[in-house]
This record gives sequence, structure tokens and C-alpha cells, in this order.
Amino acid sequence: MAQPRPDAVFAPWDDPAEVPLIQFKNVTKRFGDFTAIEDLTLDIYAKEFFALLGPSGCGKTTLMRMLAGFEKPTEGSIILDGVDIGPVPPNERPVNMMFQSYALFPHLTVWENIAFGLKRSDMPKDQIGDRVERMLKLTQLGKFAKRKPHQISGGQRQRVALARSLAKAPKLLLLDEPLGALDKKLRHETQFELMDIQESTGTTFVIVTHDQEEAMTVASRVAVMVDGNLAQVATPDQIYEAPTSAYVADFIGDVNLIEGTVEVQPKGADPTSVAIKWSPTEDPIKATADTPPPAASTVQFAIRPEKVAISAEKPEAANVMEGKILDIAYLGNISTYHVEVAPGLIVKAQATNTRRISRRNLTWEDHVYLSWTDTAGVVLSE
Amino acid sequence: MRRFSWFNATSLTFGFAFLYLPMLILIIYSFNESRLVTVWAGFSTKWYGELWQNDAFLDAAWVTIKVAFWSSTLATVLGTMAAYAMVRAGRFKGRGLFSGMIYAPLVMPEVITGLSLLLFFIAIGLDRGVFTIVLAHTTFAMCYVSVVVTSRLVSFDQSLEEAALDLGCTPFDAFRSVTLPIIMPAVISGWLLAFTLSLDDLVIASFTAGPSATTLPIKIFSAVRLGVTPEINALSTIMIGIVTLGVITASLITRATAKKAAADERAAAG
Repeated sequence: MAQPRPDAVFAPWDDPAEVPLIQFKNVTKRFGDFTAIEDLTLDIYAKEFFALLGPSGCGKTTLMRMLAGFEKPTEGSIILDGVDIGPVPPNERPVNMMFQSYALFPHLTVWENIAFGLKRSDMPKDQIGDRVERMLKLTQLGKFAKRKPHQISGGQRQRVALARSLAKAPKLLLLDEPLGALDKKLRHETQFELMDIQESTGTTFVIVTHDQEEAMTVASRVAVMVDGNLAQVATPDQIYEAPTSAYVADFIGDVNLIEGTVEVQPKGADPTSVAIKWSPTEDPIKATADTPPPAASTVQFAIRPEKVAISAEKPEAANVMEGKILDIAYLGNISTYHVEVAPGLIVKAQATNTRRISRRNLTWEDHVYLSWTDTAGVVLSE
Repeated sequence: MRRFSWFNATSLTFGFAFLYLPMLILIIYSFNESRLVTVWAGFSTKWYGELWQNDAFLDAAWVTIKVAFWSSTLATVLGTMAAYAMVRAGRFKGRGLFSGMIYAPLVMPEVITGLSLLLFFIAIGLDRGVFTIVLAHTTFAMCYVSVVVTSRLVSFDQSLEEAALDLGCTPFDAFRSVTLPIIMPAVISGWLLAFTLSLDDLVIASFTAGPSATTLPIKIFSAVRLGVTPEINALSTIMIGIVTLGVITASLITRATAKKAAADERAAAG
């Protein structure tokens, strides 16, 4: 991780010389007896598209509202561009927010909504018109400038909200579940629009979402939150391929978790290899880890269903398990097979449907083999 | 639509008769030629003419309108502020007591309110007149305004105000340029309610009015004690006319606004 990367890759978090735009320093936020955020430290860099992901009540919205200035940290400090923004009121922060409900002013037209913040900035009056026109063009809202918010569609309202929050060219844009109110298809299109706009304006985006797919699609880095703590902060591929806890592995996507104990390795074995005893009768699972957990400790072995191969004949692989198909979930492009490999232990395997369903050779109650390489899964200590 | 049954027709007739027959009789007798209220002696509009000559009534009418205007305006400002403070203050110790104290005058017998105001004005040595009636009416009308505005503010999306702050408004600017325009219809109906309440208040006004200032309800009430004259009928008819006109105008404005909004929406869709 620490070695220098080519310039083309955007990864300021790996560069120790880079100064973060936002620093949460041991921030705690309590509401009465309830602790929403607990001693949280986090760096976010300029031009990042940073996603705060977690179930409702995990503190992600509180974290965002502290950035906007609607909540003050109980302990710790928040540094934005070198300034402690704790005592700065929301109207004096170089931060703008796109609200979940959009919060468009119903008594003002689209044009006036976008100009609202500019009129309260030190921008000269004659430049406001140009700026609004540019924002209208960026969000393809030109035709709707004279309409009121109730006269346009949900997708258009979402774009007005985005244009209004970007108009003042903030150092940081906060997006609170920005696409929650849109239907699935529009949401996918808008995700890519958001990424384009983020790239073309060079603004730092922090997005709050409970939709893991959305976070994975748009973000440069994802912070998975649970109960006011950060479970893991990493790039989407690291979060998916190398989760650091069973919680993260389970929260993002589909995963098989198999519990077992680490076996003593024979002398002269590869120091990164791990063998996990998960059943008294079956062969142990062979896996690798940079720093293997100590022998006899209890671990979880996590492997994604798409990394498990399924076949009718016994294959040659590092790990092979035998089982019986209990269930098949047909999703069109792929099928997920639920295979019982031991009493009560079901492992999911995913296969691409390269053949038509009528010619599929695996069906319910079939005896099958599951296999994967020794690097396909992750060993998670408790 | 279903045909009107006899039962419905009858209940409607009785209902309306119950509501409007007394007023109808008052209006009819205001055009009575005779000075005797209960004896019909032919059609005439002379009492309206005489009313116009009656300076005492005209003065009282003017005082009433002045009082109603100032007290309803003051009550609207104070009531809106109170409602805003109560809704936005969130939870604090003694919140229930506070909001209860704002609404208590709604159920307080008017005689008590009037008497306590009278004692208060005497205690601080304030001469009773137009000013004291305005103060008295403001105190009880502001609870009504506060109730109307609170119900609007409760359903008001608070993120609108946060958005205004986020875009650079000071809290006062956010209230002035976002909250107030949106809750304006509630504020206006609060004002109208306060105005109407002030117009027809007799009890509190008679406690707080001085010899220099008499409102129309007081004037009518004291005149009636000497006997009902057709002049009073005429005056009451005019008041009914003004109120009716006001109600019709208000509903026409509402309907026109609704129509315009619908037209806007069609234009936007097209």
C-alpha cells in the first residue's frame, strides 16, 4: 500500500505528504444519554468523492450535519482546510448541502432558488445571472428556469437542489441520501451524472447513503459506519475484496461466513498460509493472510459466492467441498446455488448463466462439488 | 347525484332557519317606517339616513376599526413570534407549562381577563382609552394567532430553514425570506381572526374602555338598554353586510389563487 503509485491513480490517502481537507479529531457527539458518534477520527482529502455508508441510526447523518454546522461536536474538533469549524455557524462555512428532501424553496422559481445563495455572497450582482445560467446548463435545466418547484418532476427537482448547492462553488459539498427519492433506473443514470459533475467541478463530495451499491458506484473511498464508529474506511474494491471484519463483509454484498479454528502449520510451510478447521471430519480450508492469526484461535472465513465454483465432477483445486443443492435463485444473468456442505452449513456459489436455462445441467438435489483457490477468501479474526 | 330526500330538505330548512331567521328579522325591521320595532308600517330607508347623522355612532365605529386594526396587527406580530419560538425551541424543561400559558387566555372567562386588565391598568396608572383597548385586545387575540400559526409551523419542513442557513442566510434572514413567505397564508388568517374578534368584543372592551373611547359593541349594548331603535337595526344590518362582503371577497381571492396555481401547473406540464 505504501509504495508510490503512478500519478494517474487518484489516491491522496496513500500519500503521507498530502494534507487532508477535512479532519475529524476524536469527535464525540452525544444527544442526552445517546452517543451518536464515539471518539471518531477520520481524514477526507480534497477532490474526493467520499461515501458514509451504514444502516439507519449508525451516525452517518449526524457526522454530515456536524460538517454542515447544524450540530456541534460534544468533544473533539473538526478541521476544514486548516480551520477549526466548531464555532463557525452554518451560514459562514464554505460548505453547502444537498438535502434529502431537496428543501427547494416552494415560493421561488428554479432560477431564484439557484440564485438564492449567490445573492447572499459577496458576488457582484452582474455576475450572478451568468453563474445561474452556467449552473442551469450544467444540470440541463435551462428550459425550467421560470418554473416553481411544484411544476417540475422529481428528477428535475433533484437537479435543481444539486445546482443550488453547487452554485456558490463550495469547498465541500454534502449530499444527504441525494438519490433516495428517485426510481431505480433514474437513480443509476443520476449516479453517473453526479460523478461527471464532481469531476468537472473538482469539488469534494461527501455523500451519506444506506445503499451500498450507490456508495460502491460513486465513491473514491467508502466509510462503513456502525453504532457511531467507523468499521472500515477504504476504497470500494478493498471494502469488497478485503473487508477487515465480519460486519463489513456481511454488510457489503453477499458473503459466505464459515467459522473455524486455526490449525498449527507444519514446519517450513509458507508463512502466509492458514489452515482453518471448520468440521471434525472434513479437510481444513486453505487460505492466506498477510499476518496469519495465532494457532487455535477462532476465526471467520469469508468468501464471496461468485468466487466459489460449482461443478458436477470433482475438480482439482486448493479447496474442494462436497454437497447437495438445496435451492437455486435464478436472477437472469446469474444463478445462486445454495449448497449444503455439512448439516446446517450452507455455502452459496454463483455461476454466470452462459447457457439457456433449459440446458442447465445442475438442478435441485444434485450432488455437486464446490471449489475455490487459497487466495479467494479472507480470514477474519474475531 | 342522489335525489334530495324529504328528510334532508326539512333538516336543511330548519338548520338554516335556526341560524339566519333572527338576522333576517333584524334586516327586515331596519327598513321599517315606524319607530316601533315590532310594528311594521311600510318600507323606508330613513333610519340609514339618520344613522349617518348620528355622530356618536360614527365615532364609535371609527374607534372600533382603529382598535381592531392595531390590536390585530400587534397580536399577529406577537402571536407569530410566540408560535415560532414554541415550535423551534424544541424540548426544554417546562415547555408544557409555557405553551399552556400561551393558550390559557383562550379558555379564560372574558370577565376575568377584562377585570384583571382593568386592575392592572389602574395599578400602573394608565388612563383608559383607545390605547388600553388595543393592549387588551392584543393580549387575548395573540393566543388565537399563535394557535393558527403554530398549526402551520408544525407541518413546516425545517430543512427549508436549514437550507437557507446553509446558503448563507443569518437566522433572521432565513425567517424573513423563507419561513415568513411560506407561512404567510396562516399569518393572514390569524390577522383576520384577530380583527374579527376585536370587532365584536364587548366584555373586555367595556372593562378597559374609558369615557373618551367607546367601541361600537359597547355603544349598541348601552343603546339597546334604553330600547331597541330601528337605527340600531340599520347599523347591525350594515355590519352584517360588511362581514358578508369580507367573507365573500376572501373566498373569491382564495378561489382565484387556486385557479391561477392550477393554470400554472397546466402551463408547466404543456
